[in-house]
Parts: sequence; C-alpha cells; structure tokens
Amino acid sequence: MTPTKQTPLDTKAKRDLEAAPLVEAPDPGRLNYLNADYGWKSWLFTTDHKRIAILYLVSISVMFFIGGLMAVGIRLELITPPGDLVQSETYNKMFTMHGIVMVFFFLIPSIPAVLGNFLIPIMIGAKDLAFPRLNLASWYIYMVGGAITMGAMIHGGVDTGWTFYTPYSTAFSNSNVMLAGVGIFIAGFSSILTGFNFIVTIHKMRAPGLTWFRMPLFVWAHYATSIIQVLGTPVVAVTILMVAVERAFHLGLFDPTRGGDPVLFQHLFWFYSHPAVYIMILPSMGVISELVTCFSRKRIFGYEVIAMSSMAIAVVGFLVWGHHMFVSGQSTYAGMVFSALSFLVAIPSAIKVFNWTATLFRGSISYDAPMIYAGGFIGLFTIGGLTGLFLAAMGLDVHVHDTYFVVAHFHYIMVGGAIMGYLGGLHFWWPKITGRMYNETWARAAAVIVFTGFHLTFFPQFILGYLGMPRRYHGYPEEFQVLNVMSSAGASILGLGYLIPAVYLAWSMRYGKKAPNNPWAAQGLEWQTASPPSTANFDTPPVVPDEAYHYAASEVIVV
Amino acid sequence: MWSGFPLFPEQASTHAGRVDALYFFLIALTAFFSLLIGFMVIGFAIRYRRRSPDDRPPAIYGSLALELTWTIIPLGIVAVIFFWSADVYLSLNRVPKDAIEVHVVGKRWMWKVQHITGQREINELHVPVGVPVKLTLTSEDVIHSFFIPAFRVKKDALPARYTTAWFQATKPGRYHLFCAEYCGTRHSNMIGSIVVMEPAAFQAWLAGGGPGVSLASAGEKLFQDLACVTCHKADSGARGPALDGLFGRPVALADGGTVTADETYIRESIVAPSAKVVAGYQPIMPTFQGLVSEEQLLQLVAYVRSLKAKAPAAGAPPAPPVAAAPGARP
Repeated sequence: MTPTKQTPLDTKAKRDLEAAPLVEAPDPGRLNYLNADYGWKSWLFTTDHKRIAILYLVSISVMFFIGGLMAVGIRLELITPPGDLVQSETYNKMFTMHGIVMVFFFLIPSIPAVLGNFLIPIMIGAKDLAFPRLNLASWYIYMVGGAITMGAMIHGGVDTGWTFYTPYSTAFSNSNVMLAGVGIFIAGFSSILTGFNFIVTIHKMRAPGLTWFRMPLFVWAHYATSIIQVLGTPVVAVTILMVAVERAFHLGLFDPTRGGDPVLFQHLFWFYSHPAVYIMILPSMGVISELVTCFSRKRIFGYEVIAMSSMAIAVVGFLVWGHHMFVSGQSTYAGMVFSALSFLVAIPSAIKVFNWTATLFRGSISYDAPMIYAGGFIGLFTIGGLTGLFLAAMGLDVHVHDTYFVVAHFHYIMVGGAIMGYLGGLHFWWPKITGRMYNETWARAAAVIVFTGFHLTFFPQFILGYLGMPRRYHGYPEEFQVLNVMSSAGASILGLGYLIPAVYLAWSMRYGKKAPNNPWAAQGLEWQTASPPSTANFDTPPVVPDEAYHYAASEVIVV
Repeated sequence: MWSGFPLFPEQASTHAGRVDALYFFLIALTAFFSLLIGFMVIGFAIRYRRRSPDDRPPAIYGSLALELTWTIIPLGIVAVIFFWSADVYLSLNRVPKDAIEVHVVGKRWMWKVQHITGQREINELHVPVGVPVKLTLTSEDVIHSFFIPAFRVKKDALPARYTTAWFQATKPGRYHLFCAEYCGTRHSNMIGSIVVMEPAAFQAWLAGGGPGVSLASAGEKLFQDLACVTCHKADSGARGPALDGLFGRPVALADGGTVTADETYIRESIVAPSAKVVAGYQPIMPTFQGLVSEEQLLQLVAYVRSLKAKAPAAGAPPAPPVAAAPGARP
C-alpha cells in the first residue's frame, strides 16, 4: 500500500508549478481541435474524441433541461395536498419521464461520455480512443434512442415509472411503454460501446511509462465504470426486450395470469439498475480525486486504496440487487445475504471519503469553484451514503421502502453526488475544453447555491419518508404539506443554481479570458498540452516518468 | 397548512418501537460521521488554506494503519447494524400462532378486506388493540403494497401469490393505510384507514355487521356450487385427490417433485391445475381462472384449510398421496 521508495523532489514538476502562472495565452493563430475546421459536417462526421465529447455535452444538457422541466412540474403539483394542478395521468407521466430522461439520458452518459470522452485519451497520452468511429457511432445511437424516447413522450407519454414494474407495464398500462422501451434499449448500446471503447483504450494506448498505478484516479474510476457498463447493460436490454415481447405477443414471462413471474422482472431490472447507480457515482468519484489533489496541491492519500476501492464497488455492486425486494415476498434468507452484501459495498465508498479528507491534511488549499463543488460532493455523498445504510437494514427498510426516504436518499447520491462531481469537473476542465476562463465569482456563488438549494429540496423528504409518505403520490394527506412546500421552495433555489452556470459558461465561450495551458497549476498530461488541445492532443508523444499527482513537495512523508 | 406539522410518525404497534430504535441509532451514526467529515473538511480547508502561491505542502503517501482503521471500524459498525436489522426483520416476518386472520385483496384502486369470520370491508380494516393480526395479501391485477406507517409494516400484494405480514396494535385510533407500490393512474387514491378498537368495541363492531358467514363456510358453499365436490370426494374411485387434512402437508407430484400444500399451492391448483399434478392422478381438472374472484379463491383456500383429517375408519378412502418426508424426491 505504501511505496517504500523515497521519491526525490522533482525539479521538472517544480519548474512547471512555478512557471504555471506565467504561461502565456495560446497563440490565437494556433490551430486547435475547435478551430481546425468549421461547418456542420466537421462536427457531425468527426471522429475526434474531443468533438464527440462536445456533441454529448450539448445533447445531455438538452436532456437535463427536459428532465428538469418535469421536476418543476412535480414540485409545483406537490405544493398542495390534493392533486389539483394536473390530472393524475399527467402527473404519473411527468415523474416517469423525469426518471427515464435523468437516469438513462443524462446521468449515465454524463461524466463518462463528456468528460471521460474528452479526457481519457489525453490523460493517458493517446491521440484518440481506440475506436474513434465506434465512438461517433455511440453518439448517434444515443441520439436515436433519445429521439425515440422523446417521441414516446410527445406521442402521449409513459406512465409506468422509470422502473417499468410488471405486470403493470406489460399487461395494464395503456401508455407508450413499447416506444420508450425501444428508445432505452437502443441507448443502452451507446453505453456498452463507450465502456468497451474505454476498456480497450486504457489497456492498449497508455503512453510509455504510464503504468497502471501511475494512471490518474479519474481513469481508474472510468475503467471500473466501463466494466459495469459492458457487463450490466445487456441485462437491462434483455429485460426490456422481454417486456416488449410480453406486451406484443402476450408471452407469459412476467404476467402471472399467463404463467409468468412478476418478481422475476424486479430481479432482472435491479441486476442492472443497481450497478447503474455506480455507473453514475464512480466517475464522479474519479473527478473528486482530481479536484482534491489539484486544489490542495498534494499527492492523493492512499492512491492504491482509492483505485482498488473503485474496482471493489464495481464487483460487489453487482451482488446487492435484492435489497430492492425486502417487502416483495423474497425469501428471508436471500434477503439477509443481499443485506449483508449491501453493507459491504458501503465500505469502499467510506474509504474513499476518508482518503479524500486525509488528502486535505497539511495541503495548500485554495477555494476555486471546482474545489467548492468537490467539498459539496463530499458533504452530500456522505449523507447519501450513510442513509443508504438505513435501506440496507432490512427491518428498517420495510418501513421506508417506496417512501420519500428512498427518494431523498437516491437524490443525495445521484444529484448531490453525481451532478456535483459533474459540475465540479466541468468547471475544472472548462478552460481546457473551451480555451476560455469563466467568471470565478459567479462560479463560486453557483456552487454554494446548488449545495444549499439541494439540502433545502431533499432534506425534508427524509422526514416525509419516515412519516410514511409513499413516493409517486399525486395527492397526499394534509399533514405532509409543510414539508412538501419546503421541498418545493428549495427546488426553486436548486433550479436557479443550475441555471446560473448555464449562463456564465455560455458567456465565457465568447467573452471569457483566454485560458492558459495550466490555469490551476495542476499535474496530469492534460495540463501539459495546449488549451484547447490540438486535434492530435500532443505535438510530441508524451512520456510519463512519474506517478500521478506528482506535486512538488517541501518534504516527502512515507508512512 | 400549519395544522399538524409532524416530524415523526405515531407509534401504534409492537413493531414501531423496535424499528424506531434502529432508526435513531442510524440517525446518530449518520450525524456523527457527517459532522466528523464536515468538520475535518472545513477545518483542514481553513487551517491549511493557501497562504502564498509558492506553498509547497508535503507529499504524504497514505498510511496502511489508517487505511486499516477506517476499513475495520466501519466493518464492525455495519456488522452490528446487519444483525440488529435482521433480527427486527425476522420478528416482522414471524407470525404469532394465536394471530387472528384477515385476508386482503388489492385491486386497482381499492383494498378489499375479509375477516375470517366473514365480515367484509373496503379501504378500512377494523382490528382489536393488543391482539396479533395476520394479514394474507394478494392482488387481483398489478403489484400493490399494503403500508401502515404507524405500525411500521409494509408488504407487497402480488398477483397469483399470497404474502403475509402481521402486527399487534397498541393504541386505539385511526391510522393511514397507503398503497406503496405504484399501481397506475389513481395510485395515490388507493388509501384507507386502519381502525384500532378496544376488544369489546371490536366485538360489538363484528356483531354489528349482522351474523356473517365465516370465510370457510363461504368456501364450502362455493365448493358445492362449483361442483368441486364431484371429483374431490372421499372415495377410492374419485377422479381428484381428497382434501381432508391436506393443508400444510407435503404432497408428492406426478413429476416426482414434492410441494407443501400451502395457500399459494392450493390457489394455483384451482386456477392452473395442470401446473402441479398430484402423483397418481390424471391432469383432467379444468382451470377455474376467471370463474372465481380472488376473494372467492381466499374463501376456497380457507375451506380447504378447515378440512381436518378424518379418523381412519373401516373402508376409509385412501388418504391423498403424501410424500414420505418433506423435500423427499425419488
């Protein structure tokens, strides 16, 4: 675990660090991946991983906006106890689309397809991903899946919830289950291919000297994520196919009146959809490792432990799905095994949090916007993770299962965790991606607003859940109103927090200061190339002589 | 809207205290670790803030001792939670022998309740205080979930399957009943009340509904009306197995397997008779799917349960084929 080799002070890194603030803005005439070519063809037929990342960035931002609009509708409806703003059908379709869009079309692709796509080849010193055309194909597949699912929404919507529980989805729902299912089925292949591309790239295209344990933890996190994408996504694809077959041909797979088993669906669905949570959170954890080191200007504490904990999460995460079925009549003893494994998967997450915190110890900490997001991530993820223990605890889960407690918990992880990481990473690498600096004051303000608005929105939902308010309720008893109003009020702050970055980031692309190559004096290959990088990423193929996070140090402490 | 602003649900069953104890323990744990991490992150951020652009912090290479500490301590903590919560879960699933029985059928979007004594209710369930009550749940259509927050009890009602839950109310009053599993358009209207009464008041309520026909008697009448009795009779030449004393015993099947004759098996044998054919019989029974409602199925099951084994007498019909031992396979 602890390297015994005393690493000498590296003069080159020291020189970089000192020179960093002096790095001049890039020569405006210099060619980079953005100005190398113009015109729509140069974007839609590009095989440059950086341009594909931008295509994804635009697409998932649109999806986030659509999913967010649905959330606005939900929170507006829940201000008053009776379901009076929209019809029940409409409300059910809103939360279904909110879930489908946010999970399948925003959270799952968010960090891997945007930041991972842009950064992994650069971080490992490669020219591109291993299969550039496959990468472009992934984006097209994602777009086709997204368009079909949007079509299902426009064509009358879906009302099954994003979980598609049977036999409701196969034998009872009169909404566009088929169309939405086809869209998700197709989009799944985009995820599989991206994961596959990353795995091959990380195995085969690392620069000379970049051994496995010299890789940035961002790359390790994506490696673990890719394994889940490749192994898990086919299962949900098959499950959706089974739903489609039952709906279309009335085969008795899940419908008990035809001899099927409705709980079988839940097993298959959660076999993917629980690991899918780790698809969302692992890349975010990778981002946090980069942010914490850069803004405390320090080597990460416990590199190998953090890298291996990502792998542990990826493996054990596949074995916990049954904790979604503690009240579905599943055998008590099966439940106990799933409960024990769910507790076990909490350990590597806890280890990461402790290691990030320890990294700050004796650091040189600056409060740039990405660091504020990282701090927010640690705070929200800690609460999200610890409330997961409530749900793994079987006797307690019986009460809080399918209540707002669950809703609050997974939003702390998937919104508090994953989106904080995504926004932190987007701010951190924005100068690299666009070549421009954003307004730091606005960025810090937005990070604080998101953090505050998030707590105000979702903390009341923990209390609501324990009081017994079931999720997916269009109307609710009057005594739940105060907490629902608090949540909706908080959501308006959270919404503002998400809109502000959209404005100043867009503004920066035209009016922002030109970014230096290494604005944060950070380590990592991506900071040694130009901002924005040239199409080939590096002028000369890089060689990696050191381990990651090789910040110049006053002393080296090997414990 | 400020009328009543609860932060904690009422405790009205014997489960509530046990579940809440675990809840408070976990809240304390969450608060402790969140504050610990929060104070450390903020404390370090202030203490070690960047004072000059030339700051050169030390490079600290992890620590095996620390890594082991913060692996082993959390492992110990989650082990405690695991055993504690499993114990609570087991007690939620261990139905007391003396529980009174209530049958519940979920249907979009209502709860239909039958007491063993025959009284029926919709979206209400009257129970006596201080007496364990066993719920047998099923659904006519999709998956529902029977949720009583004040009792900390929740169980899915699945189509074509029986699940059970139990509670013992501790406080008379009226409590929320919710459907917790999303079941379609009017899911949030699939609500009702649990009315907990003093035993005397409960007896009066039972009597007030008129002399009810018990579930088993209703089942017996159905058994005659549907002509089940023509085949399932205690007669050596009967086309179907006799049902006396069948309930709860292992049954040998034609395919060599064995099944315990529980509620789910009996229900399945009525709606899908060819699924598990008893050894020694032909699969000639027609399905009754669609001919009997879920409530009638529960009545039939109650009737079969009520059939005690007859004392063997001279010329007694052969008992239904019973496997030598549970789980025995040829």
